[in-house]
Amino acid sequence: MLPMPIIAAISPKVVFTQLLGGFELTIRLFFLTLLFALPLGMLVAFCRMSKFTPLRWITKLYISIMRGTPLMLQLMVVFYGPSYLFKGADIERFPAAVIAFSINYAAYFAEIYRGGIESIPKGQYEAAKVLGYNKIQTFMRIILPQVLRNVLPAITNEVITLVKDTSLASVIAYTEMFSVAKRLSAKYLSLLPYAGSGLFYYVANYIVSIVMEFFEKKLNYYEK
Amino acid sequence: MSLLEIKNLKKSFGDNNVLRDISLNVDEGQVVAVIGPSGSGKSTLLRCATTLEIPDSGDIKYIDEYLCRTVDGVMQYAKKDKLKKICSYFGLVFQNFNLFPHYTVMKNIIDAPVKVMKQDKKQAEKTAMDLLTKMGIADKADAYPCNLSGGQQQRVSIARALALNPRILFFDEPTSALDPELTGEILKVIRQLAAENMTMVIVTHEMTFARDVADHIIFMDGGVIVEEGSPEEVIGNPKSERTKAFLSRFEG
Repeated sequence: MLPMPIIAAISPKVVFTQLLGGFELTIRLFFLTLLFALPLGMLVAFCRMSKFTPLRWITKLYISIMRGTPLMLQLMVVFYGPSYLFKGADIERFPAAVIAFSINYAAYFAEIYRGGIESIPKGQYEAAKVLGYNKIQTFMRIILPQVLRNVLPAITNEVITLVKDTSLASVIAYTEMFSVAKRLSAKYLSLLPYAGSGLFYYVANYIVSIVMEFFEKKLNYYEK
Repeated sequence: MSLLEIKNLKKSFGDNNVLRDISLNVDEGQVVAVIGPSGSGKSTLLRCATTLEIPDSGDIKYIDEYLCRTVDGVMQYAKKDKLKKICSYFGLVFQNFNLFPHYTVMKNIIDAPVKVMKQDKKQAEKTAMDLLTKMGIADKADAYPCNLSGGQQQRVSIARALALNPRILFFDEPTSALDPELTGEILKVIRQLAAENMTMVIVTHEMTFARDVADHIIFMDGGVIVEEGSPEEVIGNPKSERTKAFLSRFEG
């Protein structure tokens, strides 16, 4: 008969402290992804709408791959891919996670931006042109403010999803909160760490939705 | 003095020859009304003159500078700096206003003068206020376009065009998106501008108004100018059968 393993008693305080440590890494991944993906998405949207056909097709392919394959798989490709292809081309877990998340989310943001840009009536461009605005002024002063207002609800959706998606980084053993919860759960044979992590995600998203609502109100100063 | 001279302008969309061969001349202080059935090319003519469409061939000249001209069968536009200057000669009022919804009335008017023409902001605000007073909507300076009636929005868009101090102002069916009551407001403003000797080219379906306000009427159909002349000639005593048929529908 095998001896029973000795399982240490679980302390909620320890669980909380450990999860908090993981949460810091979750937050780091979250903010860096937004920092890169939000502007990158705009660039991708422009490429997707380019008049230069090859660029448009390449961008279409990129978006379709990003949306058509699991983010978990993309994380593994970015992390294991380089060393698999070239000897010695290793990549750290954290940058790999940031890159994978950024290029994935940029694809989604790009499609949201594109929808927003294409919804602006042609007359806005024409009025700007006749008033002497150049292309950059037209985009920055006339088009972009209207686009941002229109796409904000859709962006909020993606940002909330991103908070939860960071848990996928556990697949490349980046020790964000979900990895920590998994480890604690295995160690103490308890579900408490999972429940705790769920609470963390919920509170984080509650804050996200409050912040985004604030931005929506701020941009909603005019009616459509 | 001739402000606008168009020669042999041609434009087609695919097989559709929208402008077949248009030549016209607008003198300083003149009010020209362009009338004609839908699809006759009136709007396209205005859009070519304001760079919103690129004609296939022909010349467009403002004062003494070519906006575009056809040399040896090739369409050539003025160079960048010159183009900017030529474009400052004209303003355009759209059928559906095209105000910027995220800017207040005041900002709609001063944004181009301040950000594009680099005018002093205080001065631009003063000019804008004067224009709004003239349009009878001085109290709407801080409102957003969505809170205005169609007639008020159109008056803002006229003020916005005037703020850049154009030499010639184009109107593309300025009352077509308005109900008859609001139409009156706009026609009154245009009459006032005519009285101040503003040079204007107005595409319109308002025959009575065209007769009252214009000193020159152009009747277009099928991409050509069928008949032109004083209101008395064109509307009062049309020579072409086509013009007669068109006008009879309005007198109905």
